[in-house]
This record gives sequence, C-alpha cells and structure tokens, in this order.
Amino acid sequence: MTATASGQAPASLRHALHETWADRPGLIGWLMSVDHKSIGKRYVITAFAFFLLGGLEAAVMRMQLARPENHVVGPDLYDQLFTMHGTTMMFLFAVPVMTAMGLYLVPLMIGSRDVAFPRLNAYGYYAYLIGGLFLYTGFFLGSGPDAGWFAYTPLSGPEFGIGKRMDIWAQTVTFTEIAGIIAAIEIIVTVFKQRAPGMSLNRMPLFVWSMLVMAFMILFAMPWIAVDSQFLAMDRLMQTQFFNQAEGGDALLWQHLFWFFGHPEVYIIFIPALGYVSTIISTFTRREVFGYPAMVGALIVTGFLGFALWVHHMFVTSIPQIGESFFTAASAMIAIPTGVQFFCWIATIWEGRPRFQTPFLFMLGFFLVFIIGGLSGVMVASVPFDSQVHDTFFIVAHLHYVLIGGAVFPLWGAFYYWFPKFTGRMLGETLGRWNFALFFIGVNVAFFPMHLLGLHGMPRRVYTYIAETGWGSLNLLATLGAVTIAISVIVFLVNVARTLAARPNAPDDPWETSSTLEWAVSSPPPPYNFAELPVVEGRYALWDRSAVQPVVTGLRTDQRELLITTLLDAEPDHRHRTPEPTIWPLLAALATGTTFIALVYTPWAMVIGAVLIAAPLVAWGWPRPRPGDPIVAGGAS
Amino acid sequence: MAGGPGGHETQVGLVAAAGWLQSALRPAGPDATRIYGLWVFMLWISAAVLLVVIGALLYGTFRRRRSRPDSDQQHTRQRRMTRAVATGAGVTVVILFAFLVFDFSVGRALGAPRRSGFEIELVGHRWWWEVRYLAPALPARVTTANEIHIPAGAPVLVRLKSNDVIHSLWVPDLTGKRDLIPGKRTSLWLQADTPGVYRGQCAEFCGQQHAKMALLVVADTRAGFDQWYASQLAPSAVPTDSVTMQGRQVFLTYACALCHTVRGTPAAASLGPDLTHLASRRTIGAGALDNNRGNLAGWILDAQSIKPGVDMPPNHLEPDEAQALLAYLETLK
Repeated sequence: MTATASGQAPASLRHALHETWADRPGLIGWLMSVDHKSIGKRYVITAFAFFLLGGLEAAVMRMQLARPENHVVGPDLYDQLFTMHGTTMMFLFAVPVMTAMGLYLVPLMIGSRDVAFPRLNAYGYYAYLIGGLFLYTGFFLGSGPDAGWFAYTPLSGPEFGIGKRMDIWAQTVTFTEIAGIIAAIEIIVTVFKQRAPGMSLNRMPLFVWSMLVMAFMILFAMPWIAVDSQFLAMDRLMQTQFFNQAEGGDALLWQHLFWFFGHPEVYIIFIPALGYVSTIISTFTRREVFGYPAMVGALIVTGFLGFALWVHHMFVTSIPQIGESFFTAASAMIAIPTGVQFFCWIATIWEGRPRFQTPFLFMLGFFLVFIIGGLSGVMVASVPFDSQVHDTFFIVAHLHYVLIGGAVFPLWGAFYYWFPKFTGRMLGETLGRWNFALFFIGVNVAFFPMHLLGLHGMPRRVYTYIAETGWGSLNLLATLGAVTIAISVIVFLVNVARTLAARPNAPDDPWETSSTLEWAVSSPPPPYNFAELPVVEGRYALWDRSAVQPVVTGLRTDQRELLITTLLDAEPDHRHRTPEPTIWPLLAALATGTTFIALVYTPWAMVIGAVLIAAPLVAWGWPRPRPGDPIVAGGAS
Repeated sequence: MAGGPGGHETQVGLVAAAGWLQSALRPAGPDATRIYGLWVFMLWISAAVLLVVIGALLYGTFRRRRSRPDSDQQHTRQRRMTRAVATGAGVTVVILFAFLVFDFSVGRALGAPRRSGFEIELVGHRWWWEVRYLAPALPARVTTANEIHIPAGAPVLVRLKSNDVIHSLWVPDLTGKRDLIPGKRTSLWLQADTPGVYRGQCAEFCGQQHAKMALLVVADTRAGFDQWYASQLAPSAVPTDSVTMQGRQVFLTYACALCHTVRGTPAAASLGPDLTHLASRRTIGAGALDNNRGNLAGWILDAQSIKPGVDMPPNHLEPDEAQALLAYLETLK
C-alpha cells in the first residue's frame, strides 16, 4: 500500500468496486445486506417510526390531561401509554437512532468502506426490530407494560405486575441491550482500527469522538440493565427472589442497577448529539470548532462523570447525608464540561459567519432549549429541592428540555444536514423553517408550564386530577403545545415525502463548506464508499487537504477488503477481508427472537431455543473458501 | 378549622388558597420555607446565567461583521476568546460552589435532630393511607386513615412503612417527599407553622389509582389536637335508634366487616381503612370524594366507577338497607 496522488478515480475502478461491494438484487439480496449504509438507514427509519408511535402515545396522554377529570382514556390504558411512551422513546428511539447515525456515518467520516463486523451489525439491527415489534404486538393485544419505563419493583414484580405485561417489557429491553452493545462494539473497533491513514486520534472529527465516547458508555452501562432485567424476568418466571424483601431480596436493588444504567443512558443520548452540534456549527459558520482539545476533554469527562450520578434519581428513598452530598456535588460538576462546550461553540459562532439554513436554526434551538434543561438539572441536583419536585411535572419538564433540547433538536438538525448524503436530495428549506419554528414554539409551550405544575403540586404519572387543584389551565396550555409539536412533525413528514418524490439533486457537498470525509463522495455514497481511500492531512479533512488529494492504493477490487490502521496514529497496518452479504444474521436474529419471546411463556424455551439459535450460528461461522483464499493444508480447496 | 384568607371550600374538604390545592411555592412549615428560599436563590441565579449565555449567543450570532481580520488580529482575537471561554468556565465553577454551599446548609438544617412529642406510623396501601398514632408518648394507640392530625408549631416524626409497593408521602406546603418502601425504614418530619389543612398526595407511581391516593394533614392548636385525639380514642358510637341499629346489623352481616374495623363492634378486619370514626373525616376514598351522605352512598354501592381497580367491591343493598347503613356510618363521629 502506498499513498499516491490521484484525481478522479477511473471508471473501471469504480465499476470493479461496485461489482464487489453492491448488495445483491431482489428481496433476498435486500435481506442479505451487510452494508453499513443500508443497515444504518433501516435503523434510522425504524427508530423514527417508533418516535412517531411514542409521540402518538404522548398525544393521547396530553388529550387526557387537557381537562380535569377527563375521560379520554381510563387509568389502565393511561398507565400503559406512559410506560410505552417512555420505553419507546428511550429504548426504541433515542439510543438506536443515535447509534444508527454513527453506524451510517462513522465509516464514511473516517474514510473506510464498512464497519468492523458487518454481519454482526445486521444481526443487531434485526434483534432491535424484533424486540420493538414484540413490544407493540403486546400493546395492541392489550398486554402493554404498565409499571413505567423504569419498572420499579415490587410494582413490576410477580406479585403486583399482572399477566405477561412486564415480562414482555423485560424481554424487549433485552433485545435493545443486544442491539446497543453490538452497535457499541462496531463503533469502537471501527474507530480504533479503520481510520484513514493520517487520521491520528488527535485529528479525529469531534463527531467521531462523540460516537466513540457514546459507544464506551453503552459498553459499560448496558450490562447493568441486562442483569437487572434478567433478574426481573427470573423473579417473574422462575420464582427467584432478587427483589423480594420478604425472602431476603431488596426492592431498592432494582433501582440502583436500573439507574446505574439509566443515568449514563441520558448521556448516551446526549453525547452523540454534541457531535452533531459541533459538525453542523463548524459547517455553517465556516470555522473550526474553537478549542478542540477542550471539546474532546469535555466529552470524555462527561462520559466518566455520567456514571457517578445515578443516586440523584433516588434522593427521596433515604440516602445517608454524606452520600447525598457526594452525588449532589457530582451532579453539579457535570455542568462544568457542558458549560465549557457551550462557551466553545459560542466562541465558534462569534468568530464565524453563520449561515441561517435549517440545520443551523436547529442548533440555535438546541442552545435555547437545552440550557433551560441544564439549569433545572443543576437545581434538581440539590437534595432538599429535589425532595419537593422529584416525581412531579417539574421533572417531566426538566427531562424533556434536556432530551428534546439536548438530543432531538440536534438530531433534527442532523436529519436536515445529512439527508442529502443519505438520499441524494435536499430537504425543502421553507418547510424546514416551518418545521423548526413550530417545533421550537411547541416544545416551549408544551413543557415550560410543566415546571409550574410540578411546583404547584402535580405528581407525575397521574391519569387525572380534580379541578380544585388549579392545574387545569396550565395543562390545557401544555396540550396546545403538544398539538403544535404534532403539526411540526407533520410538516417534516410532508417535507420528506415531497423531497423523496423529487429527482436527486444533491452534489457531493451541497452545503459547500463541509469539512468531513463523507462529503467527498457522491450523495448517496456508492456501496464501496471511497473508490480510492483518502489520506487525511488535518483535523478538518476536506479543508486541510492539499490541492492534489493523496490516496491509498493496493486494496483488492475483486474482494471486499478494508484497510486496517494503527490505533493512535492510523498508520496503515494490514488489509482485512470483510464478509460478503449473507442471510444468516437475519435467521440468527429470528431464532434469537423466537427464543426470547417464547421465554416469556415457558422456561423450556431456553432448552429448545439453544438448539434453534445454535443452528444459524453454526451456518454463519461455517468456513467457506472464497476465491483467492490461500490453500491451507487440510483445508478445503 | 380555619383556612387561608381568600380561599374557598372545595369538594375535597379543605380550603384552596390562591387557587392551588397544594403547592411548594406557598410554604407553611419551616422545612418547606427553607427549601423555598433555596429555590428562589437558584431561580435568580439561573435566570441570570440564562440571560448572559443566551445574550452572548445571540449577540455572537447576529453581530455585524467587519472584513476579515489579518493574521495578527486573528491571533489577538484567538487569545481574547480563550480568555473569555476560561473566564466562563471559572464563573461556572464559582456559581456551582456557591450553590453547593447554600444547598448543603439547607440540607443540614433539614436533617438536624429534633424532638418529637409523639410519633406517627404511616402505612401506604394501594391506594390509601393508614395512620397509626404510637403510644407511649400518647395515652394509647389510635388508628385512622387518610388524615394526619398534628399540633401546629411542633415537629412530629412520621415513620413510613409499606407492605405492598413503593409509595411516597408528599405534602408540598409542609416539606419535601419521602418514599415508603417495603422492608425499609424511612421517616419524615412534619411541622406546620399555623393551624390549617394541607393536602398531600402519593408521589411514587403505585398502580392504577396512584392519581387518587391523597391525604390531608390537619394542623390544629395543641388544645384542638388533644380534643381530637381524645375523641379518636373513644370506641365507636353505639346506635340509639332502630334505623342505625339496622345499619350496624347491615355493616356486620354484609361484606363490610370482612375488611374494615369499627372498634366496639365485632368488625375488626384490617384490609381497609378503620371506620371507627369515619364521620369525623373530611374525605372518603383517600381524598377522592368529599365525605357526605350522597358520596358515601355512591362509594359503597359502586366504588369501582369512582376509583377503578380499588379493593372495595360493589355492594348490592336493598334501598332500606343502604339508608340504614348510611345512617349508621354517619353516627361514627
């Protein structure tokens, strides 16, 4: 492998690579795809579909609460609705959509042709899809979980959690853990070993850093919820007593394990969004993000601190005072790295020349909305204050300001920004502005009054309230805000539909000032991403490249090969042969899914399921000689 | 019991002052007052931070831009920006430190040891509150439901218990909340500055009727409290006429006695609230309804339509039986 200077890659090279890397035609080919872009797109679309479902659930809840003693839904359905809403938004939308953006964009941004383990990637997606469908099948058949997305024992346990509702919930969570951990492994290995030559760690785009930190957080947070949900499933299915106080278990054990995952989860959603913000701000101000080392340091510090806050979800369970002080201090401390990033972004905008296109508008929305959530976040770090607002609508307001401000605004900006890369088409700018304006107004009108509702005594998770509480008018206002949000989502859907109906119009970089490598290839990218792997000469790959772009040659074109580079400096190390399309990940996911679903009904599913899952796994790993393999003694030829 | 000025009587047996039935922004006890002070401090600081940061962002975004600076100017500006960002970070640290100091001082004040004249044990049930006054500081044990009576001006320790799921006691006018956790010992101090009725509500999701699990804290003068306590100590009223005698018979022969206690009668079950002095209470169904004859009739005949999912079953009574039962229950003052 050598780095040579090259202009446009010859058509013959492109043709050969296309032959090697393209998905096979037809439905079967579609199901066999292991292309990170196909899988990433399916992930994003699936997650967005769940976002719409979660939004519909929220809309019904807002209708119910619009008036005191309303009868849109009864208590049983209401409980299912808020459990489904939380579970959907956290497990089926937020984390998957963030990892999906990473799975699509990271290989492009670091100049590689696929993720590290493409078949595993496909398996993870299908596991996630099956888990989500299972949860919604249960819900539509009247078995929606009803103990909250946090599923506190003993309410979710065998004694009080009726029917199969919480078993379905626990298994759904298991599916999403599998998908999440797989995505994390994909991203970590891809980032560490597949960066283009020249992209040393200290030249990595901030987007890639944020994805890396997110992936490590998933890797360390998800196993806790896996243990927790399995304990719950076992308590329910096999009469273990992990959470039963009367038999030596502990009801609070659930909460500790849940929040040791649950708090990092918030940062798992928030940190990738910071990557979008840095990328979009830099493109739309035509400036390098101010303070790269501080930004990277802040991401990493946030990643660590995110694990030291979980007890602030449990302040009213009676924590010893010294412990409370520690968790208060840690919760307040996390405002420092976030503050530093804020100041760096403001400095970037200040020094730059902002261009007010839709993605940038969403960044302004992110600042205005997220800072309110951040400030109320410092407030609830206080144990005395939290003892008033914990489990009230103040927290509902806070968490939506943080998650919508900190994740959904950046994500929406990211949709507008990368849509041309995903589809070859630019989303409409006028509808985009309407989308932004309505969303911004809707979010504030829906959630700001909830701060006041909480302070004036309205607890969360109540299906109704009496008129005398005085909560009626603020609730009506919140519902009007929710309607505005719904309209803005419809505007977005119309925008997408109109854009997809039009002809592809996007050049490689329709924004003209992008700095990351995905904009060096066509929109949408070819199956092989890069005809000639680029060599990176600075932190802002497209801005810092020389007039004649050096490229890497020497990878085979008749086989799927990746260039593996060293961890720190991204020196070329070796070529790696990566798998062809295959149906086995899908079949293995179906087997896993069948087993998990059957496990809700009988422990014997484990016995049969072991065989069921082993079969496709054996087929998956079966050694198949491929053209060009060296002939090994004793091996098949 | 006098309510706040300008309030009005509501359905649920208490006075709503300033339009809110319960509120953390209207502190009526020393703990809530301290927390309110912390809130006001944090609110002003936050408002200032919000203004400065958003101001800087908007100015930085929309400021008029001159022609591109040369590289010398760029270096100066770079240095200035670095200083600005570092200053911002420094100010953040200082503000957070001030916050921590204030927060810890409030936390210490709330956690300071106090002397309680007596203790109350509060047991959370799905979906009502069992209130037990613990001897020996008081002459004997009294058990009631959904209403905590305390003398105003004195701290009372409430020991929190649950035998089913997790609940949380929250009376926002008086203090922050505390969970009732099966198998754990938790407690909370209640103290009201002046006599009054303060509403509270379960704050930890506990199932279908979490929304209708309210309670009242009735703070009275010491003399008023003692009087109330003495009346609660007495056994239930003995029927004096034929209708109430028939009512007691209905109570004892139908399902009522399977779950409820009326001291002084053979009814001694503890699955539902103690009804010995039912008529002295302001609400029924844990704050779901005002305690009057019509509501009580509706509750007895079909509680499920008022509070779906409660343990109270529908009761099929002949009209004369129902009237007799209601008449009897109304004597249980």
